[in-house]
Amino acid sequence: MTAIPASARIVLDTEIPARVPWSAIIRKGQTLRIVDSHGQQAVDTLFYAADDHGERYSGQDTLRAQGSAYVTTGTRIMSTEGRTMLRMVADSCGLHDTSAGACSCESNTVRFGHQTKYLHACRENFVLEAAKHGLSKRDIVPNLNFFMNVPLDTSGNFTVVDGVSKPGDYVEMVAEMDVLCLISNCPQVNNPCNGFFPTPIQVVIYEAGED
Amino acid sequence: MILTEQEKAEVEANRQRYEQHKALGQQQAPKALPPPTPRDGAPIAADAIIHRETVPGGWYYVTKLGRGEALRLVNTSGTSCVSIQAWNAFDPSERLNHADTIKVQWAASLRKGRVILSDMGRALLSIIEDTSGAHDTMVGGSTAATNAARYGAGSFRNTRDNFVLAAGKLGLDRRDLHPSIGFFAPVAVDSQGRFEWHGERRNKGDFVDLRAELDLLVAVSNCPHPLDPSPSYAPGDIDIIRYQAPQPAADDLCRTVSLEAKRAFENNAFYLAGVAGRA
Repeated sequence: MTAIPASARIVLDTEIPARVPWSAIIRKGQTLRIVDSHGQQAVDTLFYAADDHGERYSGQDTLRAQGSAYVTTGTRIMSTEGRTMLRMVADSCGLHDTSAGACSCESNTVRFGHQTKYLHACRENFVLEAAKHGLSKRDIVPNLNFFMNVPLDTSGNFTVVDGVSKPGDYVEMVAEMDVLCLISNCPQVNNPCNGFFPTPIQVVIYEAGED
Repeated sequence: MILTEQEKAEVEANRQRYEQHKALGQQQAPKALPPPTPRDGAPIAADAIIHRETVPGGWYYVTKLGRGEALRLVNTSGTSCVSIQAWNAFDPSERLNHADTIKVQWAASLRKGRVILSDMGRALLSIIEDTSGAHDTMVGGSTAATNAARYGAGSFRNTRDNFVLAAGKLGLDRRDLHPSIGFFAPVAVDSQGRFEWHGERRNKGDFVDLRAELDLLVAVSNCPHPLDPSPSYAPGDIDIIRYQAPQPAADDLCRTVSLEAKRAFENNAFYLAGVAGRA
């Protein structure tokens, strides 16, 4: 993992425990680093314009803007208003999804059987965390899934398979506007997005130094 | 992270369960899915038609769609792409979820026999007829910016603005907009994950029939798809036919095509029983 420059100002450095939600504002020019501390942990992430929550992350605009079904270094993370919210500037993993959305109690029943209804899920995390910012289920849109491996074959088949991220793999994004970031450190144990065993992640927000 | 023996056993049990679901999900539905509907293969009886309207290129259409009714979207010009959004009419916080639709059915490609799911684990729409099978779940509709990039300076209607307008007319706003599904948008991915446009898979007269499985609010936009390489902005008319679909039989294709679809419809039945109980 590339070290954060000594001249940088660390705004926040925190661990998000397995299965729990988190949120913070990332100011324009600040860098968000998400570290998959133990490997194979899907990190479900949403962004909103900090001063206008009606403008939010758009997976479809993000994919179209880069012409590819996957997200990696160089990807512009786009809003529903066609603006770049963040730019992905580092990616030690190489495989991130933004087509499969988040797990929910409800979709789990359809996908894995009705007996999975009462299992904690990312949508629960998102709704709880969003509520702290005056947002509701209406505002939860399909999200980015860092470190989640969702290969799409040329005939359109689509599945979640084992993640390839190793302990310490990370992504970095530079904010191009002030954004509210919501994370659900995914609790899913019904598919391989977490190696069937959710683990903590690390989040760092920092500003480049003067030199 | 070092796992205990018990944790390792749990991981292994979870993995085995997933592999079973995957094997069933990826095998059952593809075997049961029929070929595309022939273009002359599904006439609508005159007395089933509730409403018929032509939507000019660049424009949008808003309707309520009662459970059991269907919309036929007809690409009469062959140059259109029809994007849709949909909400539960009684609770618009429940809406079309393209991610759940493709993830749960193990397939990013939509065709006859597939269903379109809501964020609440229920079937919103069933694709009961489809001559095309060339639809987009990944890229979404056009915006003012994509039009400007493709066609240059000028005033070209776009899908994003159409949906903002449509939402407004339904008493909703842009917070209620969600990723859309684009019909007659032959988008595929290559082995590197790059998007490809297969224009030869879009033909004049193609249609798709969507049967409402709950009472819905539906918005339809008729604008060129952002990946459509045509340098001229020339969306043609589409025809929309709202009709009373035949009562689904016990072996209805969309309700029985996969274990996932069956469970979605079990969720619908459970929900509808609750709605009926309040009436």
